Amino acid sequence: MTKKIHTKTEYRKAKDKLFFGIVCLFSALTMIPLFLIIWELLKRGYKQFNLDLFTKIAPTSMDAMFAKMSGDAIPGGILNGLTGTLLMLVLATIMAIPVGILTGIYLAEKPKGKFSSIIRNLSDLLQGIPSIVIGVIVYFWVVKPMYSFSALAGGVALAIMMLPMIIRSTEESVKMLPASLKEAGLALGGSYTTVILRVLLPSAFGGLFTGSLLAVSRVMGETAPLLVTALGASAINWDITQPTSAVPLLIWEFYNDPNLSSLIWATSLLLLLIVLGTNLIAKSISRKWKIQ
Amino acid sequence: MINNNMARDYLLQLKNVSVSYVRGKYAVDKVDADIKANTVTAIMGPSGCGKSTLLRAINRMHDLYPEIETTGEILLKGENIFHMNPMKVRRLAGMVFQRPNPFPTMSIYDNVIAGYKLNGIPLTKKEKDEIVESSLRSVALWDEVKDSMTKKGTFLSGGQQQRLCIARAIALKPEVLLMDEPTSALDPISTNRIEELILELKEHYTIVIVTHNMSQAARISDNSMFMYLGELVEYDSTRQMFTKPKDKRTEEYLTGVFG
Repeated sequence: MTKKIHTKTEYRKAKDKLFFGIVCLFSALTMIPLFLIIWELLKRGYKQFNLDLFTKIAPTSMDAMFAKMSGDAIPGGILNGLTGTLLMLVLATIMAIPVGILTGIYLAEKPKGKFSSIIRNLSDLLQGIPSIVIGVIVYFWVVKPMYSFSALAGGVALAIMMLPMIIRSTEESVKMLPASLKEAGLALGGSYTTVILRVLLPSAFGGLFTGSLLAVSRVMGETAPLLVTALGASAINWDITQPTSAVPLLIWEFYNDPNLSSLIWATSLLLLLIVLGTNLIAKSISRKWKIQ
Repeated sequence: MINNNMARDYLLQLKNVSVSYVRGKYAVDKVDADIKANTVTAIMGPSGCGKSTLLRAINRMHDLYPEIETTGEILLKGENIFHMNPMKVRRLAGMVFQRPNPFPTMSIYDNVIAGYKLNGIPLTKKEKDEIVESSLRSVALWDEVKDSMTKKGTFLSGGQQQRLCIARAIALKPEVLLMDEPTSALDPISTNRIEELILELKEHYTIVIVTHNMSQAARISDNSMFMYLGELVEYDSTRQMFTKPKDKRTEEYLTGVFG
């Protein structure tokens, strides 16, 4: 009898080990593509990954051709793309964050209303709209009336893409706060608005910040909507009404120009590193500012 | 019921108060009670009997949830709280919750004067300092925290946090202090300190405390209410209720037949 139980236990333990092994194996497999991508980018991009990449604007096809012919590394960098990306992300953030956070608070505070469920569904739908479609719409909304491709148009497109993520993360982080926090504020005689602004929002700040940062990192690499809104520019541009370059737009340009193609790798590597970096920062912040 | 023909002796009067979460089902059913100033009144009863619900009616906390319906009259110093601005009601009736809930983003100092901040009452630095010190002294927390005022309120231990929350409530100098099982999340030593504190605060405030702990009610309260299934079964002086309860259900509860 004891022996029988013993063998049964052994069998179960072995089964458990086997299953655990399989789970580990597949988890490891999912990591492989990421490492292969980074490896490939490092291998091909390290030569161009230098200070010039950050301090010089993108070279013209001519310059690159001459450099290539004389066997030198391609001169120039992607400074105009970096500044453009920064400009458009700032514009998008300024537009998306107030709207997104207010909507998120509304959804968290009125979770069951009919209007809330409509907004929640629309926001999910918005997340599903292909980015090029958003780009084309913004082209008709902003580019056409202004008679020009512009950083503003690019910013609007990115803001629309950021909205659903900010709304959802705000809703989640406000909902996570204990109900007693809001009640404590109101029990002291604070008005609803004051309690939201001075108690709930600061307490949820970690979550809001993380959500916004993740949204930024998510749209940072968007190319399609920028193609039809910001267009691209060969020089640094800080004027929001003018066409502007962006890092992913430069990758697209380099890809289309055989003379510039060797810049693709270093640029992609940099973009990937920025996106990964933003993600890691966002995660460490969410851990640090967690409200128990 | 406590007999007194002078209605104005009572700081708080509940008249025919009913609260329903679902239409037609009463969590608190037609409660009448008069509470004298500077007394501690304990509300006892088994889980789900409506004691917290009754307490939360007094500072109109139920207003936050549109599905909850409160009827009847609650008079605070003779004025019907349902005709007052709810924000004013809540300033006059401070509340201490079951779990300590200091504002996690605010320092100890800011937590104490949070009531003024949230009400938009401007204070000079000197006034602030005085309020913070006197409130923290009344809850016997001053000596423990005076050197760490800028630390977050959540940095304190559970018992200290609860005393901070009491300080936050009394900083606004309310008429009534409503306490919803304030010691149920605390260890025995912290519980003991809070109980001592309640007896001291009685000098300045009128306290209504919900408790599921009968011996606590016996230790600290002047008068006790026993509630069962939403009904206020018995309301009498604590001594009377614990020695000669009038209702059979009170006796059964106190002797542990149910609860």
